[in-house]
Amino acid sequence: MSARLLIEAAGPGVTIQDEGRFGLSRYGVTLAGPMDLGAYVAATRAAGADSAIEVSLGGATVRAEGATLCVAVAGGDFDIRLDGRPMPPACLLPLTEGARLVLRAGGSGAWCYVAVGGRLDLAPTLGSRSTHARSGLGPKPLAAGDALMLAEAAAPPLEPLALAAPWLAASGAPIRVLVGPQADYFAPEEIEAFLNARWRIGARSDRMAYRLEGPAIRHRRGHDIVSDGVAMGAIQIPGDGAPLALMADRQPTGGYPKIATVIGADICRLAQLRPGEDLSFRAVDWDEAVAARRAYFEAIEAGATREPLGAEMTTESLLAENLVGGVVNARD
Amino acid sequence: MDDETPRFLDCGEAALSVEFGDSVDPAVNARVLALDERLRAAPPAGLRETTPTYRALFMRYEPLEISRAALVAAIEGLIAPLDMDARALQPAARWTIPCCYDPEFAEDIGEAAALLGQTAQSLAQLHAGADYRAYMYGFAPGWCYLGGLPQALAIPRRATPRGPTPQGGTLIGGALSLIAASPMPTGWYVVGRTPERMFALDRDPPFLVAPGDAVRFEPIDAKTFLTLDARALAGETVARRETLF
Repeated sequence: MSARLLIEAAGPGVTIQDEGRFGLSRYGVTLAGPMDLGAYVAATRAAGADSAIEVSLGGATVRAEGATLCVAVAGGDFDIRLDGRPMPPACLLPLTEGARLVLRAGGSGAWCYVAVGGRLDLAPTLGSRSTHARSGLGPKPLAAGDALMLAEAAAPPLEPLALAAPWLAASGAPIRVLVGPQADYFAPEEIEAFLNARWRIGARSDRMAYRLEGPAIRHRRGHDIVSDGVAMGAIQIPGDGAPLALMADRQPTGGYPKIATVIGADICRLAQLRPGEDLSFRAVDWDEAVAARRAYFEAIEAGATREPLGAEMTTESLLAENLVGGVVNARD
Repeated sequence: MDDETPRFLDCGEAALSVEFGDSVDPAVNARVLALDERLRAAPPAGLRETTPTYRALFMRYEPLEISRAALVAAIEGLIAPLDMDARALQPAARWTIPCCYDPEFAEDIGEAAALLGQTAQSLAQLHAGADYRAYMYGFAPGWCYLGGLPQALAIPRRATPRGPTPQGGTLIGGALSLIAASPMPTGWYVVGRTPERMFALDRDPPFLVAPGDAVRFEPIDAKTFLTLDARALAGETVARRETLF
């Protein structure tokens, strides 16, 4: 039997993502791609994969058939179990036939990536294998009973390994933004209010946008603009004054003023926040944003370090998640 | 001719909006499209993708490959010689798109006509009698926004969105018309329906109308709609394209 990955269980919002659908925003086509690019790159590089399964808070269970698969996991601090054995939240595994890999929401984080080494036998749609559920482009969201065939399968590691990827560490540091592009639609004190407020991720948040709950932000010049292009992390203020941070599945254009835009080095941290979690923003200038971007991408480019599972990673350790959190934080 | 220099607005550190104006205006849009064409003909290193909109050119770039200052300088070098003479404002092509205004396919034409103090017939005549400009795509793949709606058909959008549009729904909302390429809830009014596929995955190219093209609607009856719809489903392009220059 040819190698494949069976989806035994999948919560809502489990999709296939590659780097996204480029070049067609001019025709109304959404980029899509991973919510957390840093975690996606960690998983796909470690496994040698061309795409990944993006798992949301509802979790997923997968199983290999036809071969032992090379599987990497990276993302938020999810609870990862290989046949019941706790694994670190970022790991590289041999998934033997019949073994169950279970991913559940853990201590923190909203998205986790499962990358299978090799190449999925999935034809791209408009140049990408990314699911964009709203427009129906790419594979349908994954559900129990689905099977992902592998056109090529990479060699698995001999035993499970931990992946040390310090950029995956959660942190409560403010999310950095560049003010604008429509700063002139807001009085300076409204921009101050936006930057000084404590915000909470709203329940109605998804791959398209995160709703931010906090003080209403008032417009100086009305809430309609002639639609223009929208970047990942743009924070638009619609008529009700409740900010929306536009994420991977955003429309390519929008008609509300955008007060600020999350910088590239921090968008993954925003993406990993869950509904109900708090955050604040801090304004930076272009130079600081680019310096942070350089540091972030250099870390990702260097790749995750493979390490043997520590002594603490045993089935009897009920403190696995905490210890793993400690390991990650020690490297922060 | 408007020779005002554009505004360069940062959209984070890796995207820039070059804004030529703040209105829906053919001359402003022509400048957006002219810059887009030049950038696409010779893209600066680090430029990832451009998205033309009504009045601004949005661009994603990699600031680790090109600085903002270098990108702005490259754009300014392209804008300076933007010869926006009368010809550059003219659309390169005109599409004639069949459109059925029969209430069977134009689900909201009666409601919109009543709100506008028109009859369904006069609304259809006004809509089909106008010359449109395809300003941009947005919202969803193949959703094409058209300027040139007659003033008499300007209509406030619904406070609460209606159910999903039919594929090919021809819509009006605000001072614009729009062809809806796929079923989506919308606050606009469906006043017609085209059998043409504005977006077809299996067709090359998947999208027909280019931003900046001229568009006219040709009224067809329900029987013709069904005939053309079957032909469009089989992959035929039932809209007609004329090259203007």
